[in-house]
Amino acid sequence: MLAHRLAMESEWITADMVEATEFPHLANKYEVYGVPRTVINETIHVEGAAPEPMLVNELMKVLDE
Amino acid sequence: MPVLNDKIRTEVRKALQNMAGPVRLVVFTQSSDALECEMCAETRALVEEVAALSDKLSVEVHDFLDDKAVAAQYKVDKIPAIALVGAKDYGIRFYGIPSGYEFSSLMDDIVTVSKGESGLSAATKAAVARLAKPVHIQVYVTST
Repeated sequence: MLAHRLAMESEWITADMVEATEFPHLANKYEVYGVPRTVINETIHVEGAAPEPMLVNELMKVLDE
Repeated sequence: MPVLNDKIRTEVRKALQNMAGPVRLVVFTQSSDALECEMCAETRALVEEVAALSDKLSVEVHDFLDDKAVAAQYKVDKIPAIALVGAKDYGIRFYGIPSGYEFSSLMDDIVTVSKGESGLSAATKAAVARLAKPVHIQVYVTST
């Protein structure tokens, strides 16, 4: 999984795969209606399966936080 | 009643032959008489069956409540949880049972972690090298 590869690449990154049906309170919290839905540092959301350059682009927005 | 059928077992054994180094599957679950974790027993069984298919895979099982200190060390906050640890702990976690499509992600990740190389592009590596603060990525999926 791309997010897990990113976790391998950087000491700063941790990545979870979360099975939404087993954690409905989290699925609600992050407004997961369709999957996959990627949440980065709580507030950056990416809908669908993002290709590598797109996910990295979203991830780098943490520098603006 | 095994979780994996013979056909899947054969495919998994073959996929795991691509592993380079050892990988530990650290599972956090709850003891079998606890009712609060619906998929805990099945997740543990699945991980143990997969680990049996390669000499390079080992399993460690921890009880989420009894082994609170270990859960804290791995920053595991919910169960069932699997931490994939290769030469080091890269911060790779699976929460919930990795079945269906997630199962192939688990297989891919095991092999990738065993090689200790992310396989990402040079551009990606250069970008993430600029990070200097924690980044927590959660990918919500369903197994259906």
